[in-house]
Amino acid sequence: MSDQKSQSTKAQKKSDTDYWKANLRIIMISLVIWALVSFGFGILLRPMLSGISVGGTDLGFWFAQQGSILVFLVLIFFYAWRMNRLDREFGTEEE
Amino acid sequence: MDQFTINLLFVGASFALYIGIAIWARAGSTSEFYAAGRGVHPVTNGMATAADWMSAASFISMAGLIAFTGYDNSTYLMGWTGGYVLLALLLAPYLRKFGKFTVSEFIGDRFYSPTARMVAVVALLVASLTYVIGQMTGVGVAFGRFLEVSNELGLFIGAGVVFAYAVFGGMKGVTYTQVAQYCVLIMAYTIPAIFISLQLTGNPIPGLGLFSEHQASGQPLLQKLDQIVTELGFKEYTAHHGDTFNMVLFTLSLMIGTAGLPHVIMRFFTVPRVADARWSAGWTLVFIALLYLTAPAVGAMARLNITEQFWPNGTDAQAVSVETIDSDPAYDWMATWEQTGLLGWEDKNGDGRIQYYNDASPEMQERAETEGWDGNELTNFNRDILVLANPEIANLPSWVIGLVAAGGLAAALSTAAGLLLAISSAVSHDLIKGQLNPKISEKGELLSARVAMAAAIIVATYLGLNPPGFAAQTVALAFGLAAASIFPALMMGIFTKVNNKGAVAGMLTGLIVTVIYIFLHKGWFFIPGTNSFDDSDPLFFTIKSTSFGAVGALLNFVVAFTVSGMTEDLPEEIEELVESVRVPRGAAAAQDH
Repeated sequence: MSDQKSQSTKAQKKSDTDYWKANLRIIMISLVIWALVSFGFGILLRPMLSGISVGGTDLGFWFAQQGSILVFLVLIFFYAWRMNRLDREFGTEEE
Repeated sequence: MDQFTINLLFVGASFALYIGIAIWARAGSTSEFYAAGRGVHPVTNGMATAADWMSAASFISMAGLIAFTGYDNSTYLMGWTGGYVLLALLLAPYLRKFGKFTVSEFIGDRFYSPTARMVAVVALLVASLTYVIGQMTGVGVAFGRFLEVSNELGLFIGAGVVFAYAVFGGMKGVTYTQVAQYCVLIMAYTIPAIFISLQLTGNPIPGLGLFSEHQASGQPLLQKLDQIVTELGFKEYTAHHGDTFNMVLFTLSLMIGTAGLPHVIMRFFTVPRVADARWSAGWTLVFIALLYLTAPAVGAMARLNITEQFWPNGTDAQAVSVETIDSDPAYDWMATWEQTGLLGWEDKNGDGRIQYYNDASPEMQERAETEGWDGNELTNFNRDILVLANPEIANLPSWVIGLVAAGGLAAALSTAAGLLLAISSAVSHDLIKGQLNPKISEKGELLSARVAMAAAIIVATYLGLNPPGFAAQTVALAFGLAAASIFPALMMGIFTKVNNKGAVAGMLTGLIVTVIYIFLHKGWFFIPGTNSFDDSDPLFFTIKSTSFGAVGALLNFVVAFTVSGMTEDLPEEIEELVESVRVPRGAAAAQDH
């Protein structure tokens, strides 16, 4: 009986660790995109994007003043949606 | 009806609404006072957080900074929105799962150390108080302008209003009041922007209008703007001029600071479930983005309008005449704002015209010589008046101007109230109940929260009367401090096994080094003349004091990991705590202890 209980706790721990790893992977991917659109397209990579013109200026300017904010929005909602699904997959959601 | 009466009507009606809501939703218990009984829907919470977050800096100041600098000040746009990604992914859901009332409670419990909690409380108090001083300064200027009273009287009136609903309402009052404030401020910001975008480009969405055709010239708007400002010797609007390294660090500091500011994080304790904390961050950014996507359009279009007002027949023709400024109603805004001392012009060469150009540019100096100009004659244009003066410059109806007045005040007041709440809970909950007198009754705790709030208002009002510097500098210190102290501690608390000694050493290092760096550049305790360096030639490389928060945060991480690595492992119960925070299962309502 107590053996069974400790086994189920172990399984639970393993599942929680996997859940956390999956979460970290989603966070990493999201943060790479987060940095790419702001620090990348908006600032550091702007000279490389200067050939692509957008409304009287270039794509980098658009990312710095509009695009990055729009991508941030998509990222947060994507993360919320993805994590709520992950919670159900691992049974970690709240009752 | 004259403009003054209309302003008074709009401001008065909006305040009656806020105070009415605060009285209607008066808090009863401690739990309601801090966290609105956790019955706040993510969309409602998002709207209130947005109002809380968007202060005088976002509403009044930011578009003006972008207008006169152009691309380089995109840092504010990216920095103050990008922080929400960090908040949503790295902090909000876990802090909600932890289920306590305040940020410092999390730090104290996670790092099983009253010292860690105290360091966090000190960092929160210093950051919040400096931030609220900046807000009170803004409140004073805005009230003074729109009620046509002195700056001091405006500040006292504003302090009274903040006191009324923050002290008597608590979080629940503030939450619903802030929803109303959000509605007022977003209408006040977007309606004039839509009018102006339609006038200039025919596109009703300002963010799209910015990249559309300027109807009067048939050129793209930004191209037209670049052309007209360079013809007057100013730097190209869309080009990058400043230092790239500093630009990256400044953006990063604003992002981390956003995710470390206590009054914003506290909001995510007030949603019912962990899943709601994730959605809440998204909704907050939706409501913030409505303003932030509009702001660059407001800036660029205002710059174009202002320049064209001074050069009505083009930059190579004659400048506007003094007679026109005095008699044409389209130039009435200049006389109104001149009274505030924030706008100034002078016909230096006595030709009866006001030439606005960059007199530091060699080409313009040449032209000035041939045309007989004697320097730039628009002698003063304070960046902070741009948003408030914008509807007047564009000749919009007087009700729009009244609405903008109400919106500017809503922005400043809502943030001041949210910060005061963070200060009062830090004092009563963390300092008094957590340290000095754990047996304090609920009534006593509520009373001490209100006393702390009143004291904070008095200090902020006093310092607002004698501000330690410009509001923007004060706000920069608040961001740097939050970035360097709170954010790394929270993140390490959730994602790593850093121990108590590491966290305390890290927070202290980040906090102290950042404070010193800022004081070295801005003067000790902001006393003018006591600075050893200047932001135009900073101590370390090209890092300005406003960008140093990111460096402070990095030092915090490095010191924390080093110290933690050299000292003992985490106790077992704390390991379990960290693991439980990472999984939403079993999240309960917040507990008081």
